[in-house]
Amino acid sequence: MSLDAKIPQGPLAEKWSKHKFNLKLVNPANKRKYDIIVVGTGLAGASAAASLAELGYNVKSFCFQDSPRRAHSIAAQGGINAAKNYRNDGDSVYRLFYDTIKGGDYRSREGNVYRLAEVSVNIIDQCVAQGVPFAREYGGLLDNRSFGGAQVSRTFYARGQTGQQLLLGAYSALNRQIHLGKVKMYTRTEMLDLVVIDGQAKGIVTRNLKTGEIDTHEGHAVLLCTGGYGNVFYLSTNAIGSNVTAAWRAHKRGAFFANPCYTQIHPTCIPVTGDHQSKLTLMSESLRNDGRVWAPKTVETAEKLRKKQISAAEVKEEDRDYFLERKYPSFGNLVPRDVASRNAKEMVDEGRGVGGSGFAVFLDFADAIKRLGEDTVRAKYGNLFDMYYQITDENPYKQPMRIYPAVHYTMGGLWVDYNLSTNVPGLYALGECNFSDHGANRLGASALMQGLADGYFVIPYTLGDYLATIGPKPVDKNHQAFEQAKQDAIAHINKLLALKGTKTVSEYHRDLGHIMWEYCGMARTEEGLTKAKGLIQQLKADFWTNAIVTGENEEINAALERAGRVADFIELGELMVTDALMRRESCGGHFRLESQTPEGEALRNDDEFAFVAAWEYKGENQPEQLNKEELVFENVKLTQRSYK
Amino acid sequence: MQAVSGGYNYKKITDYTTYNPVTHNSKNMSGNMNLTLKVWRQKNSQAAGKFVTYKAEGISPDMSFLEMLDVVNESLTLKGDEPIHFDHDCREGICGMCSLYINGRPHGPKKAITTCQLHMRSFSDGETITIEPWRSAAFPVVKDLATDRSAFDRIQQAGGYISVNTGGVPDANEIPIPKVIADEAFNSATCIGCGACVAACKNASAMLFVSAKVSQLGMLPQGQPERYSRVQSMVAQMDAEGFGNCTNTGACEAECPKEITLTNISRMNNDYFSAKLFREEHAHDQNGD
Ligand SMILES: Cc1cc2nc3c(=O)[nH]c(=O)nc-3n(C[C@H](O)[C@H](O)[C@H](O)COP(=O)(O)OP(=O)(O)OC[C@H]3O[C@@H](n4cnc5c(N)ncnc54)[C@H](O)[C@@H]3O)c2cc1C
Ligand code: SF4
Ligand code: FES
Repeated sequence: MSLDAKIPQGPLAEKWSKHKFNLKLVNPANKRKYDIIVVGTGLAGASAAASLAELGYNVKSFCFQDSPRRAHSIAAQGGINAAKNYRNDGDSVYRLFYDTIKGGDYRSREGNVYRLAEVSVNIIDQCVAQGVPFAREYGGLLDNRSFGGAQVSRTFYARGQTGQQLLLGAYSALNRQIHLGKVKMYTRTEMLDLVVIDGQAKGIVTRNLKTGEIDTHEGHAVLLCTGGYGNVFYLSTNAIGSNVTAAWRAHKRGAFFANPCYTQIHPTCIPVTGDHQSKLTLMSESLRNDGRVWAPKTVETAEKLRKKQISAAEVKEEDRDYFLERKYPSFGNLVPRDVASRNAKEMVDEGRGVGGSGFAVFLDFADAIKRLGEDTVRAKYGNLFDMYYQITDENPYKQPMRIYPAVHYTMGGLWVDYNLSTNVPGLYALGECNFSDHGANRLGASALMQGLADGYFVIPYTLGDYLATIGPKPVDKNHQAFEQAKQDAIAHINKLLALKGTKTVSEYHRDLGHIMWEYCGMARTEEGLTKAKGLIQQLKADFWTNAIVTGENEEINAALERAGRVADFIELGELMVTDALMRRESCGGHFRLESQTPEGEALRNDDEFAFVAAWEYKGENQPEQLNKEELVFENVKLTQRSYK
Repeated sequence: MQAVSGGYNYKKITDYTTYNPVTHNSKNMSGNMNLTLKVWRQKNSQAAGKFVTYKAEGISPDMSFLEMLDVVNESLTLKGDEPIHFDHDCREGICGMCSLYINGRPHGPKKAITTCQLHMRSFSDGETITIEPWRSAAFPVVKDLATDRSAFDRIQQAGGYISVNTGGVPDANEIPIPKVIADEAFNSATCIGCGACVAACKNASAMLFVSAKVSQLGMLPQGQPERYSRVQSMVAQMDAEGFGNCTNTGACEAECPKEITLTNISRMNNDYFSAKLFREEHAHDQNGD
């Protein structure tokens, strides 16, 4: 199948404005004749639902939490990028575009990324108008901080709670439309399947998580804004409920899944303490503005630190290795995430890791506190320091934080074209759920930007074009495809509820996580991935015979919800490994040990792999088929990424 | 150094045929605390509930409170019993989903944190811990420890916003806001909508929650046009939901995990009474929608 990304012709800077002009419009009086289903109320979903309702469409919005305000976007900490150039430090739309393409290790589309940079400036205006309390300077204007992979200061923030404030802004816009009757909100409702009629997406199947009722909803278009799949690793910085189910079931109904192996391992997370651990906590990248990353120079010093014979403060300056500053003098502690993570892993592999387990390096604020004073540091990062203290029982104002990489974000996702449409007409994917803009590595503070760009400023234009094409004729809700999809969902639930084996679903999830982290994590090899594939297949077979799922359908049943999600994660895990095996190069977060430069950096193979891998589902236990979208670079030159 | 896999103290799984789920991950699991839990169990909103006693054994002080419940639930599941249901998601104190009433206090014994941020090191070995859902008529129990807090959403829908559409707004820096005001608005905006304030209050009043949003938007220049209609709409909805009156006991402030202050309530009262005085001019004058 040929994949047309529908990127408009013409010069980069004119693509989006020309395209907007060429898109068909829906007459204002006709808009209320269209029903739009938006699954997810994170930044992408809430902004899309509110904006489409403002235009006059009827929107049905869904989330699995008890309130739309609790979508996982709420947890984002550090900030949101925008090419405002308020600092006068040389930023521009082109620079943000360039940094993002380079940061993504030349595995994203020029056209999409340029548009993202272009609309970034509107996002900040929109959020301020909604009352989002961004950090300000004494003069009353907006403040900025720096994030990794950039040498300008373009990140807007609201203390360490930027995601919360942006989401509450989008939630308030959504609430206004709920109040006006233009959005109907379904909370504690989980999408279980997609309804496709004659090749077009026309609805969804849902389960009411309070009553177990299985329902169908029809719409002229379905927007999946269901977030990322980092929880395939069991432990990640994602919320416990974050899952791949909506995207995965859509994949099984025909939507291609792109670049599944591109996952981001974030360098600064609180290290694991034991097997009871249910999730990992991020320490925002913004901390690398002022914190200095180091490990002891020698294994002997590290050993003493691990055994608590000495404290970090007792390690003399000359015995410390500020390895990021040493290796990357121009970006220093602010190298992109994939680079920072790999270097931390290297320290640990060399035996220079610290903390009880040896799986950590230091993030030290002593210099910043000396330079700025404790109060200033508290004002900037107070809530992060508190969070660290709560979890570790260690005071980061007095001793350096211990950090280690953890799974954080997934660049892969449903394949979409320039209009955010999947290959199934009528099915769109927004936010972290799609694969679009970050290539093989996402820069910090760019996910919030992308989610809101998709929802506020892209989909309101591109969706109209499709709707105008299909016309406002009501969807036939009696079509047998609805009943069929509903029966399939019920059968799947019954199959899960029949599992009365000896091993809990959490245990399977944890096992899957070990396999993924071990073989498809920060460093990947042909041998390891091949082995992982076999292990996952065994795990899947074992799950479907030996898992325990308690309770029944007609009630709140967290065990059932979890089982459905883990079953989908297992299948996704296999596809990730397949994708990683196929991609015999290193790029961004995908690091194949076989492909590295003499300095140990990711070595791309542009001749063979400058494409998007879009996988097509071919049926139960059949190998998925690879479709390629070649990446065309007309404006930037592909080079070996360097942050030295 | 010990050869453990990639950063997690996990044993590698090499072969599923010889894999034993019971012995596999047990080594790091256990701690040395043993606790007795008295947990409220209630099948659904209609059913009557009761306390059931469980043992939580081998608990590590480094576990979070919810991880301790995970351990109990794993053992219930292995016995084929139904796990204890509780709401949770982010597990880092920001989504507002977790909501346990622990030993008579919302979010447990420590100040300024949520249940998911509470660690077992705050308890002592051998302790008996009582765990209940939020208790308030406006928050009916849906199952075990989870309640229905949709009343909070409806209050926000009644007016917790600034009526701007997407697009066509001024440049962000055209609205300068003094840093002190921006910071204070931010403080109010950090409310996570958990409902602990209601659970803590003997009158089950939602004033702290409502006033946080009213204050945030009322302090900002962007929020001025709807300042008085907003407070009226939100308070009217709050009353309709059946929350109690505020008698200034301050329990809400003391138990709020985000340290939302009573000052917010004073601000809201001021706006509310000003609004009443000017009702004719201001109430619901936004036909622009
Ligand atoms: C701890 C942390 C910190 C971060 N910090 C930053 C940062 O500082 N800057 C930055 O740019 N990015 C950051 N990110 C990344 C960013 O937060 C996310 O990528 C982004 O918020 C995702 O938004 P979303 O709208 O795509 O999805 P989400 O916010 O994850 O929302 C998903 C929605 O889909 C719903 N849903 C999912 N499945 C179903 C289903 N089957 N049925 C019904 N509903 C469903 C959920 O209920 C939810 O409403 C951070 C991420 C984490 C984990
Ligand atoms: S005011 Fe405090 S206690 Fe009440 S909902 Fe908000 S955060 Fe929770
Ligand atoms: S689970 Fe999100 S605040 Fe506790």
